[in-house]
Amino acid sequence: MNELTTLVLDYVKKEYLEAEDDRQLTPQTKLISGGIVDSFSMVSLKRFLERKFQIQIPDADASPEAFDTVDSIVALVQRFRQKK
Amino acid sequence: MNDPRTNPSTPKPAGAPAGESVWSAAERELGITQGGPRNIGWLCSDRVCQLGRGSHLALVWEGIQGQTRRYTYDDLRRCTNTIAAFLQGCSVVPGDRVCLFLDKVPELYMGVLGVLKLGAIAQPLFSAFGDESLLTRLQSSEATAILTQRKHLGKVRKILAQTPWLKHVIVVDAGAAPLQQREIGFDLEAAEKVENFDAHPVTAETPSLLHYTSGTTGQPKGAQHVHGSIVAQYATTRQVLDLKPDDVYWCTADPGWVTGTSYGIIGPWSVGVCQVVMEAGFNTEAWYQFLQRHRVTVWYSAPTAIRLLMREGGDVVKRHDLRSLRHLCSVGEPLNAEAVVWSQKTYGLPFLDTYWQTETGCIVITNLPGMPIKPGSMGKPFPGIEATIVDLKTHQPIGKTGVVGLIALKPGWPSMMRTYWRNPEVYAGKFKNGWYICGDRASIDADGYYWFVGRDDDVINTAGHLVGPFEIESALLEHPAVAESAAVATPDPVNMEVVKAFVALKPGFQGDPDLELEIMNFIRKRLSPLAMPQKIEFTQALPKTRSGKIMRRMLRAKEFNEPLGDLSTLEND
Repeated sequence: MNELTTLVLDYVKKEYLEAEDDRQLTPQTKLISGGIVDSFSMVSLKRFLERKFQIQIPDADASPEAFDTVDSIVALVQRFRQKK
Repeated sequence: MNDPRTNPSTPKPAGAPAGESVWSAAERELGITQGGPRNIGWLCSDRVCQLGRGSHLALVWEGIQGQTRRYTYDDLRRCTNTIAAFLQGCSVVPGDRVCLFLDKVPELYMGVLGVLKLGAIAQPLFSAFGDESLLTRLQSSEATAILTQRKHLGKVRKILAQTPWLKHVIVVDAGAAPLQQREIGFDLEAAEKVENFDAHPVTAETPSLLHYTSGTTGQPKGAQHVHGSIVAQYATTRQVLDLKPDDVYWCTADPGWVTGTSYGIIGPWSVGVCQVVMEAGFNTEAWYQFLQRHRVTVWYSAPTAIRLLMREGGDVVKRHDLRSLRHLCSVGEPLNAEAVVWSQKTYGLPFLDTYWQTETGCIVITNLPGMPIKPGSMGKPFPGIEATIVDLKTHQPIGKTGVVGLIALKPGWPSMMRTYWRNPEVYAGKFKNGWYICGDRASIDADGYYWFVGRDDDVINTAGHLVGPFEIESALLEHPAVAESAAVATPDPVNMEVVKAFVALKPGFQGDPDLELEIMNFIRKRLSPLAMPQKIEFTQALPKTRSGKIMRRMLRAKEFNEPLGDLSTLEND
């Protein structure tokens, strides 16, 4: 697992899982459709990514599908990092 | 102008005696007689079995992990008996409040009916609520038991010290997980099913449900409903949602909110349909696959979801066979005209807008099947509902077309809330000149159609859920950096409105993006993702009246580019 994936995965675990939630998250775990991050919470996750990686993710690209796994989030981040 | 209280396009119920009201017809169809059983739990399960439909599917549930659970009406009857008996064994008695703090799992849907069979009062709460939101609502209801899941136990444990009346924390998926004092496991699937349980005898006025709703001031209030509400929920389910016993129905709402109980539990199961439930959250592809897989015929959803589907376009629709769909309805916030037109073009069916509130318990203004639709209009009052528009200040009926006033309803329909739990003063304040004032502004056109304009208070309607500014501002004050704040609505293309917070910081704190994110997450965890400000504006001071009251209305008006209104009371430094 690369550094970027680990960073995003750790943030999701820390911020969006309850302490007693013993689900094991992987980069492929469904976050939005899996009920871990809802569409409202996605806004704070997007804000974190934009701050952390100094990028701007247009709302049109911040779809529930694009945020549905850590893998897809990392792909999104990489795409906008390259655009910088 | 047509009388807005009548709706000539509404068909009379089949076989209705001449002059029979829509409510009387519903009672007759439900088999409700003077002194006969009218417990909602019984009417939605045992009664359907007695009609010979025990083997008909009541619920098909798909879990997040891809698992499917199917229940017939006979299963529903026995499972709800089992839940009622288990609660009885926990010494829960009629009149006790039982909170259901669960995701969209079968135990939630059946749990509500089980609680009602026992004669207790069900208090469903949105499982995404944080511990503070949970505490506020439990402090109000003083629930003696709560049904929850392992994943939410952390939030429940945080508040146990402050809720001494909460005797039982019932964990529906405890498995082998270690439980603490006051916690008890209950596995519905593994439990020996109870064949017979005598549903608690109730009258139409026996309390059934508490749904908490937010206002401009004070903490959320529990709208208290009664068993007699089923008459209105059944009638509107039949006539607005057009459900027939052989339909496959999907209501996307969570029973933590009133739509999820009135039309995700009571309405469909009183009609005897098969309803399908998807535990997972929104995903365009998954939703269309779900509709296709279950051959859904009637779909009740929300404008926010519809706008998200619109954003994905029509191509994804073409990859799915949605020919089973025959009727679509929407609720939560006004459905914009574009969405109605798009739906007609994309699905070959318009989404019909329906209007109601937590307090009304059932749809009160609506577009009925077969009625000419005016895209963007809420429709007309449901038969049996007497509605009008009253003047913003005098609360007298306006009686003119095109004039904006407040939507008002003549009290007396079966599912109207009976009070706010332990808050009769606020309840009484909702009535003016003999009308229940909904708190929404609208106008009526020459054909009797209602047109929504907006809220008449500071409550924020985000994705169809009402969020109170007071609750957010109170929680914001608990953040160490916040000196004072104001929470208002700001427009949003998908959710209609989202929360924006204006925050004045304490000395020594710097308003930067890191602090903004920290405050957002602080509110998300304490209250809920819905209450999380999606925008935060740091400010030196907030606009106040000379008496020191924050002028939220002025801040909101700026967000919507509306006139600022009367500023004569604005404090000038």
